[in-house]
Amino acid sequence: MRDLTAIAGIGESDYCRKPGSGMSVLELLLVATRRAVADAGISATEIDGIITPPAWATAEAFAAALGLHLRYVAQPTGGGASSVGALQYAASAICTGLASCVLVPVGWNGYSGFRVRNFEDAPNMPAAGHVVDYYVPYGSVAPPQWYSMIATRYDHDYGLPAEALGTVAVNTRAFAQLNDRALMRGRPLTMEEYLASPWISRPYRLLDCCLETDAAAAVIVMSTERARQLGHPVVSVSGIAEGHPLPADDLVNRPDLLHVGLSDAAPRAYEMAGLGPEDADFAQIYDCFTFEVIHQLEDAGFCGRGEAPGFVLDGHTGPGGRLPVNTHGGLLSQAHAMGLNHVVEAVRQLRHEAGASQVDGAEIGVVTGWGDFGDGSLTVLRRL
Amino acid sequence: MAVKPDGGRPVTPASGSGLADLAVEGVPRPLPRPDGPASEFYGWTAQGELRFQRCGDCRRWRHLPRPLCPYCQSPNWAWEPSSGRGEVYTWTTTYRSLHPAFTQVPYAQVIVELEEGVRMLSWVPDVDPDDLRVGMPVTVDFLTVDGVALPVFLAGAG
Repeated sequence: MRDLTAIAGIGESDYCRKPGSGMSVLELLLVATRRAVADAGISATEIDGIITPPAWATAEAFAAALGLHLRYVAQPTGGGASSVGALQYAASAICTGLASCVLVPVGWNGYSGFRVRNFEDAPNMPAAGHVVDYYVPYGSVAPPQWYSMIATRYDHDYGLPAEALGTVAVNTRAFAQLNDRALMRGRPLTMEEYLASPWISRPYRLLDCCLETDAAAAVIVMSTERARQLGHPVVSVSGIAEGHPLPADDLVNRPDLLHVGLSDAAPRAYEMAGLGPEDADFAQIYDCFTFEVIHQLEDAGFCGRGEAPGFVLDGHTGPGGRLPVNTHGGLLSQAHAMGLNHVVEAVRQLRHEAGASQVDGAEIGVVTGWGDFGDGSLTVLRRL
Repeated sequence: MAVKPDGGRPVTPASGSGLADLAVEGVPRPLPRPDGPASEFYGWTAQGELRFQRCGDCRRWRHLPRPLCPYCQSPNWAWEPSSGRGEVYTWTTTYRSLHPAFTQVPYAQVIVELEEGVRMLSWVPDVDPDDLRVGMPVTVDFLTVDGVALPVFLAGAG
């Protein structure tokens, strides 16, 4: 499938927190969708396939609102990893001729509506039942509490200086200052402020945790051939893969807590692309928490196990570094559109339209996905 | 404050374990679903026993309960008693209450690895969260909350 499909349209809602988007999730998704359609320069009715978001909106609702005759509908189950994982469905549908123009919309009212701390109410989560039966009775109710347990073990096995997590937070916030679509623009962060932020679930501080926002994004995938007929520099899907830890629905009983879906997806995606992590000009990494950037830098092959804290502390992932990470401000400092905003930013970078945070001469970018409890995905995107 | 589980052995929570006051006025404690897939597991804990599924063919233990053995795919299994002995594998200490029934912060949630090779999320209520260590040996006991016997692990026992 290498380079046979391209992301030809991108769109985002106006990311916000207080006072909320003022619209339903479907309406929010349609705002992003209409912007992606306009960006692609096509008619919405060219869309004949939809990869539905993890929850809160159906393909039927999209089709009825946009007047679409759909011939391909699929629903990934990887939670947040589905934003990148959806590209696998879209690309394979287009490559096999099952669809020609596939919409991938993802979003939620994550500030004014559902909050992840009410995880047992999470729709479509395979793990939700286990959470109710085995985690919540012990007061383990939300993602900061689950993934921080991986971080504690990592600290024991490899060492995890607070300043390494702080550097992820500070660098991501620095990128947000360069992005007028980032909610934390105008609020720069110092290491001192990071270290002074209160514990949520140790070793996670408040500033280790992603934003809760009302946010939606949408991308449109079509054949590279079709994308060449439109107005933008072509950004192809060079490699794509999804991965699942075993067991995927229980965090506790994995022999190695660090072995997650991304661990398996990354080599498959690189192989499809015929490229390696060393070829990436930037990486947009699903930053639900700062530790997850550390973890995924290793799992995506940018450094070896135990080496990411040093890699980050050496300054490689900030503005001007050799591997800029989350050039838009990420989930930590831009908005939480379940990682589809990371795909949008990667496309902007590869079109050379990223503005102040543009990585000079960006040709190849990597985007990762993460879903509860560790489903993963990775895509290698290339400017053709 | 000592809390007596059905097993009759008192569990004295360490300060900072979040267990000193199990009841929050007007807030029901979240419990496992009584008729759900976890009912057999908690049926054993109600009798003061920590049991896990063990494959009848390859003899490997597993947790959480599953219909087949993920190692050899056998449908043959039985609930077998655990030794109850394990060690601390990892933990987190929650400082900000994220649930209305868990307001006594800080409290630690601990992953314990049992001798049988399975792991559980639980509490180690007799150890202050700041004193937890990877590899700390612990032994199971049971803490009854609204009629449900939750396995907990004690460092000072066994």
